[in-house]
Amino acid sequence: MNIAIASGKGGTGKTTVSLALAETLGSRARLLDCDVEEPNCHLFLDAEPIRREEVQISVPEFDRERCTDCGACARVCNFHAIAALGKKKILFFPELCHSCGGCLPACPSGAIREVMHRIGRLEFRRAAGFELVTGVVDVGYPMAVPVIRDLKKQALSDKTNLFDSPPGTACPMVATVRGADYVLLVTEPTPFGLHDLELACDTLEALNLRCGVIVNRADGHGGEVENFCRGRDIPILMEIPFSRKIAEGYSSGKRLLECAPELKLEFERLLAEIGVK
Amino acid sequence: MKIALTSRGRSLDVLLDTRFGRAPYFVVYDTVSKETEAVENIQNLNAVQGAGIQAATTVAKTGAEAVISGHCGPKAFRVLQAAGIKVYLSGGALTGTEALRRFEAGDLKPIDTADVEGHWA
Amino acid sequence: MKEILIISGKGGAGKTSLCAAFAVLAGKSVLVDCDVDASDLHLLLKPEVRETHPFFAGLLPEIGKEGCTRCGKCMDVCRFGAVGADRAGFPVIDENACEGCGVCASHCPAEVIHMKPRSCGEWYESETARGTMFHAKLWPGGENSGKLVAEIRRAARACAGNSGADRILLDGPPGIGCPVISAMTGVDLAVIVTEPTVSGFHDLDRTVRLARQFEVECAVILNKADLNREVAGRVRSYCEEKELRFLGEIPFDPLFSQALREGKTLADYPDSAPGRKIAELWRAVE
Repeated sequence: MNIAIASGKGGTGKTTVSLALAETLGSRARLLDCDVEEPNCHLFLDAEPIRREEVQISVPEFDRERCTDCGACARVCNFHAIAALGKKKILFFPELCHSCGGCLPACPSGAIREVMHRIGRLEFRRAAGFELVTGVVDVGYPMAVPVIRDLKKQALSDKTNLFDSPPGTACPMVATVRGADYVLLVTEPTPFGLHDLELACDTLEALNLRCGVIVNRADGHGGEVENFCRGRDIPILMEIPFSRKIAEGYSSGKRLLECAPELKLEFERLLAEIGVK
Repeated sequence: MKIALTSRGRSLDVLLDTRFGRAPYFVVYDTVSKETEAVENIQNLNAVQGAGIQAATTVAKTGAEAVISGHCGPKAFRVLQAAGIKVYLSGGALTGTEALRRFEAGDLKPIDTADVEGHWA
Repeated sequence: MKEILIISGKGGAGKTSLCAAFAVLAGKSVLVDCDVDASDLHLLLKPEVRETHPFFAGLLPEIGKEGCTRCGKCMDVCRFGAVGADRAGFPVIDENACEGCGVCASHCPAEVIHMKPRSCGEWYESETARGTMFHAKLWPGGENSGKLVAEIRRAARACAGNSGADRILLDGPPGIGCPVISAMTGVDLAVIVTEPTVSGFHDLDRTVRLARQFEVECAVILNKADLNREVAGRVRSYCEEKELRFLGEIPFDPLFSQALREGKTLADYPDSAPGRKIAELWRAVE
């Protein structure tokens, strides 16, 4: 089963919840940290990667000998990743390339072939009873989605795959939640949290994905979140109370279940409720 | 030789546009024939990314050997450099005519790297 | 005219709250909410929209049913799984998966696929009690390439030029991707708001590396500073080591949430401890 953990707003506790779910499931889980711009799950595990893999995208390589200066490749690229300057000078900008493959057939002289280009890496760890795969995009490379796509291929069919999503509702979040059997939306009972929860729910509705809400740092002011969820027929599956002890533990890199082990039963109940065996 | 200036309009009397990639026009001045030609760069205003690359290619096709602009981002710079075109910064709000005067007086220096980081700056 | 960006690699550190407070303290400024994906600044500054502009970025294929032979070539060549089929076998585009590359269009033997500009969102020019504000809404799932950020920044600069405002305050997006790069380039100062947590520290480093790559000057504010003295110390050492201006700390204070719930900024409580601290920090930013 594939479960995504997302939120509209950043900082609500997606990583906290993802780790708690993984720890609850233990060896039945594989956690995939899809917040590839700022991955954090690994910071809470005392484990070095057992394996690293490069994330690569396919990009064109140009053969000057065969080039006839027709400029078709530059014209066909909708992302302006190719500049054809004449005199067989072709400039290519990999950070703009979407790997669509459109330039290859456009070349009448067969001067373009595909090669691989590194944009990030995957790290594999095992700790606290579960497996973690972290995606990391190289600093300065502007697109998260290709790394997320590669990372999601590491989901295993015989495990419950947990996808820790990036914040927001734009393409990196969408790339992460697509195809999930269930999406857990983590929110906080503040006006920002509620506003962004609404945006996230709109997105999931457009994608036709089942979801439920977890209210983190609950402090008794959650009335508006409750009203919103009731209005949209979205279940509030769990509330994690605000606690200075948990906040301090988090700040030192302690996982939620290390600070508040009593919550494990609640996570087990939640997983059963959404259909995880 | 031909010099391309980023411009907000079609003639040298108009103020230079400080950006390179999204300047609406390039005014190309021929120092020998003293003629000017305006080249549109309109298709670039809507480009999601890579406007500088297209603009630089447009300039390269005019046969210009030098560019005068307010700024120049790294992708555009890379293309201009590969095409053997020198880039000069105008250093402020000038008309094309004033910029050319400064260039001919030797007051403008060519840059050897991009002066702004692109990405729509 | 100065452009000051407030960012934080890590979400939830307090960047938008601080930005709103600075907007109150700053006087004559133009405000820009660059977090076009999940913009929140308007909740505190309560803008009245004066102008709405559509935003187009990239392309989407339009498939003409007339003339389509249902050969399925478009479905074969698409690398993003964005071309499906309806019950009659005609191609259907999954807009969320489509990247606008145009490969389907260039391969269609019947030439019935045409690439059209893609509506990705809209942006607004609004008035607030603190100055003109530019903000935007990206449609869900939209490609947040940073172009929309660039567009509102451009509009903000034109407005500041015309109105004689001496400052543009930008509320930045989270992360280190395209929209952040677009928000960062060419600003006079990037104020990074961080928190003394292991996650926050990790994200601070990636943000600083990005800023340095793009040659943007940065300064650091440590929020919720008393949450963890040990990590707070590490943040301060890091700033020293990297020669980053450390502007100051704000201790954790429930007034942050309370102010937010009351729809006020911390600058609206000038006599409170955080209120005074923030005024001090703003003077340091200046």
